[in-house]
Amino acid sequence: MRVPLSWLREYVDLPATETGRDVQAKLVAAGLEVERVEQLGAGLKGPLVVGNVLAIEELTGFKKPIRYCQVDVSTANGTGEPQNIVCGATNFRVGDKVVVILPGGVLPGNFEISARKTYGRLSEGMICSARELGMGTDHDGIVVLPPEHEVGTDAIELLELVDEVLDIAVTPDRGYCLSMRGVARETAIAYGLPLRDPALLDVPEPNPHGYEVKISDPVGCDRFTARTVTDLDLEAHSPIWLQRRLQKAGMRPISLAVDITNYVMLELGQPLHAYDKNRLDGPLGVRRAQPGEKLTTLDGVQRILDSEDLVITDNSGPIGLAGVMGGAHTEIADAVRDEETRELHGTTEVVIEAAHFDPVAVARTGRRHKLISEASKRFERGVDPQAASAAAQRTVDLLVLLAGGTAEAGVTEIVSPSAPRTIAMAADHPDKVAGMEYGRQAVVRHLQQIGCDVYGSDELTVTVPSWRPDLAEPNDLAEEVIRLEGYETLPSTLPKIPPGRGLTETQRLLRRIGRALAGAGYVEAPTYPFLGEAVFDQLGIETGDPRRRTVTLLNPLSDEEPALRTTLLPGLLGALRRNEGRGSRDLALFETGLVFLPSGEEPAPPRPGVDRRPLDEEIAALDAALPHQPRHVAVVLAGAREQAGWWGQGRPASWADAVQAARTVACEAGVELTVSSGQYAPWHPGRCAALHVVVDGEQTLIGHAGELHPRVVKALGLPERTAAMELDLELLERARTGALVAPRVSTFPVATQDVALVVDASVPANEVESALREGAGELLESLRLFDIFTGEQIGEGRKSLAYALRFRAADRTLTAEETSAARTAAVAAASLRTGAVLRGA
Amino acid sequence: MSAPNKSYDPVEVEALKPEEIERMRDEAVAAIAAAPDLKTLREVKAAHVGDRSPLALANRELSALPPHARADAGKRVGQARGAVNKALAARQEELEAERDARVLVEEAVDVTLPYDRIPLGARHPLTTLADRITDVFVAMGYEVAEGPEVEAEWYNFDALNIAKDHPARTMQDTFFVDSGRGDGTRLGDGLGPDASGDVVLRTHTSPVQIRSMLDREPPVYVICPGRVYRTDELDATHTPVFHQIELLAVDEGLTMADLKGTLDHMVLSLFGEGLKTRLRPNYFPFTEPSAEMDMECYVCHGASVGDPDNPCRTCSSEGWIELGGCGMVNPRVLAACGIDADRYSGFAFGFGIERLLMFRHNVEDMRDMVEGDVRFTRPFGMEI
Repeated sequence: MRVPLSWLREYVDLPATETGRDVQAKLVAAGLEVERVEQLGAGLKGPLVVGNVLAIEELTGFKKPIRYCQVDVSTANGTGEPQNIVCGATNFRVGDKVVVILPGGVLPGNFEISARKTYGRLSEGMICSARELGMGTDHDGIVVLPPEHEVGTDAIELLELVDEVLDIAVTPDRGYCLSMRGVARETAIAYGLPLRDPALLDVPEPNPHGYEVKISDPVGCDRFTARTVTDLDLEAHSPIWLQRRLQKAGMRPISLAVDITNYVMLELGQPLHAYDKNRLDGPLGVRRAQPGEKLTTLDGVQRILDSEDLVITDNSGPIGLAGVMGGAHTEIADAVRDEETRELHGTTEVVIEAAHFDPVAVARTGRRHKLISEASKRFERGVDPQAASAAAQRTVDLLVLLAGGTAEAGVTEIVSPSAPRTIAMAADHPDKVAGMEYGRQAVVRHLQQIGCDVYGSDELTVTVPSWRPDLAEPNDLAEEVIRLEGYETLPSTLPKIPPGRGLTETQRLLRRIGRALAGAGYVEAPTYPFLGEAVFDQLGIETGDPRRRTVTLLNPLSDEEPALRTTLLPGLLGALRRNEGRGSRDLALFETGLVFLPSGEEPAPPRPGVDRRPLDEEIAALDAALPHQPRHVAVVLAGAREQAGWWGQGRPASWADAVQAARTVACEAGVELTVSSGQYAPWHPGRCAALHVVVDGEQTLIGHAGELHPRVVKALGLPERTAAMELDLELLERARTGALVAPRVSTFPVATQDVALVVDASVPANEVESALREGAGELLESLRLFDIFTGEQIGEGRKSLAYALRFRAADRTLTAEETSAARTAAVAAASLRTGAVLRGA
Repeated sequence: MSAPNKSYDPVEVEALKPEEIERMRDEAVAAIAAAPDLKTLREVKAAHVGDRSPLALANRELSALPPHARADAGKRVGQARGAVNKALAARQEELEAERDARVLVEEAVDVTLPYDRIPLGARHPLTTLADRITDVFVAMGYEVAEGPEVEAEWYNFDALNIAKDHPARTMQDTFFVDSGRGDGTRLGDGLGPDASGDVVLRTHTSPVQIRSMLDREPPVYVICPGRVYRTDELDATHTPVFHQIELLAVDEGLTMADLKGTLDHMVLSLFGEGLKTRLRPNYFPFTEPSAEMDMECYVCHGASVGDPDNPCRTCSSEGWIELGGCGMVNPRVLAACGIDADRYSGFAFGFGIERLLMFRHNVEDMRDMVEGDVRFTRPFGMEI
């Protein structure tokens, strides 16, 4: 809502010194979001006067039409002689009244005017357009004034060019502030000044002689006022003050009758509609539409109606979407001059509708037809039903005053009876909500200020005003009291909070994993979860793979990416590629985030009532409607893992780093990770590790790590040998066991033994290792693979694995025999399980 | 070597003459002093202290002396050897010190050499900032609650008093999930059948409030950080995926003053002492009364207001920074969670982490926070 300060002053006697910024501060404190204060005509300086165009000479030979004009500005130029002005616009004629700025004047934007030579003539000033005067941006043409304005009149005052406009973002609960009346009420309260309520008008009693109206849906329309005005003067136009107020409020002047209905809507908040009486066919009606009925609205769009749409009808059928937009057929017609007869044709008789429609019906119709109008905005947020007859009266008055119309005596008013709404509230309720003491007196005073009637002492009965449909409960009233006392007066206290248990294990683990990966050189990159089918093809994920079963959005930002991720890799690889594209070469990224795994069988969620706690089965049904959303962790890396430098060679990132990242994550969880070779898209079939942990006693696959498939690398445009890891943190979490049992540290000497075992090249190292461990028994303190050797000495298809074994007992120094026996047992176990042969044996 | 002198034989042994011993001692000490380096000193040591050195040989002759002469000679030889050993040790130490000084100088390195062999990684500042805020409240006794990002409409809207036709629903541009049942025409227009709801990407962290109240008995004190979604295109100031942090307190006798105090404490914890906060009336369906919360600009402290010569980028010369929305939990929301609104009251607030990061760390473009560029993230390190 745009509120010109000059207009606001009509209803509230603000001190003359009060600026827009001052009013803004007061209204903001009272809860109106005044987003900014626009300074109209800032820097504007005269002489700016009404001129009369005496002569026009069209100059030729220029790229665009140029006129050399003589304009009478009376004595504003000091001489009384016509002023010579060069002008580039053509929308004016000899005899038109225009706005002229003379040399020495300054237009908004610090545009100084002086006499200067242009297009071969001396131009002594400028004929101004609406845009140049800061009156609006909708057209560039010269302002042509109605002929009645006298030459030489100061145009700054005439056109009210200097003003301040408060731009207010009205929240949905304050529909009444979509009117000057509502904002004026808040202003009056904020300043403690009386309000001149523009809705307080003498309104004639309803009578049966008015235009006939039949309401067949009193729920959808509980109030309808119809008034008729005839004999409208087709020559009449909107006076400057009316046009200017509309412009400042952000509306475009159209024609007198339309301008008046818009003006009254801005003033009182009541949307109005004016029908051309001669185009109406019989009585007006309000009903729900028949499915499939058609209506062409004012904007020229033909709409197929829904049975829920509330419509205004006459005998011909629907003629308007109630509270949203009128129909094209019954629209009032602009005055048009018949070329032959020179007679004006147009609407001379109008029926004014001031009605009150159900906010829900209007909101739904608006959304259904994607049609938001000034009227629907107001009805959705609640219009004061009591203001309808006043608004109709105000419209009639203005049509009589400005358009020379005659008000018919008939007044139609259909009202569904309704009781005023009351709220019971303890007088100290606002105190309890605020945490400070206002006292009954202050509470009652503030409630009265906003228009409530208040009875009672400790228990108040509060009747809320008709323009405040948002006030329904004691807390609503408490807010009014607290805001009018001022939120800034609230004290600052802290509640006594019972002791908390800190972060959960899961929350702590997530942080630890982040730190561990960052410590290992990975940079966290949270990415968007949106993806499309194409990426699954690029990743080589086959049809039927569960990862292709996605949650899909009805209204994605991009049709290319309508689905939610089932794996973190597409987003993270995208981030890798983006970094690479920007010149970063050696990259290691990680992300932890939810993936969305629908079963495809999720039922629709219920919508339990909200006046009670949902039943347990309703809660279960709500959860059953949602896809499984486990948290995953993933890393991707490319380029050098270790940089080359003065210390020596670098080392490229590889599959091994990706697997190590999984170990790092598992280690933070204190979970033993089993790595085995796997085959899984998008990884390289020979360089992919399957990651298992024990969940509920069973080896469970939680993810994969390794180098990406070369085809995937190519399809996604990734650096060569890009490696990746992804695992399911929810499963990892479930594999956690209790607190670690501290190791016993033996202080007896260690005995070390190295063994080199030759195995078939296909035997995985971890199998050899686990066999060695098992065979070595309890005395084995640690074991480490320190070398792998392949070559002729070993034989084709064979490899030699060299292990360092460390033996130690808790209670004694081991004898050479004991150590040697343990070693032999270890080798024997490896030999039995993996066919290993001691190298050199 | 002379044979042991079993019987008395007053023959004098040449090597044990006092002058001879003195000479041997002086020669040895002179040689030691003259040794220029450790290697020479080792040779000198072999020559003058070793088994075949003159003094060692002299020592062996002692037994050839008659008992009465042996003590005297022994004493002389011992003193001479002592003096030589002492000189040797001193010279040894001297030469070693010289060598050490030389070697350590030779081993000196340029300690300013860079060592970015494995550059450190970093956690994303949105993560660490959320953690930091969370920790402020965890320290006060709050617990961290979480919820799903794909959420039932009931949690995201209905239970929060955002009724189907409520204008507030159109304020939030919601991503709707395709049910796959072919009834996917309901884009939050409130026009679908009432019996079943939609599934949406949560538009705020507020549904976690509802989940917390259903999960727990009051008192409830929770903080809920998380990712949320709205259908905004990515640009310098908008992102369709962003982070919020939500606070909910439900207990007996909670007031707006408690809300204000909690806000004050948060601002104090994150920005230091002495910054004012303010509440401005506003509207949210799930709180009543509702407010917008602002903090005094921590950079200009309001000095930039009305001073065009010293504009403040952080607060756009407004003097205040908008943090987010807050209010007393609407009793209708408590009712939807089965909490007795006559007995309990609550307060809640929520704000965007991105915004906070932007003004706390002078981030100018939202895109920097969502694109995962390592050059942006790495300097933030592990904690913020």
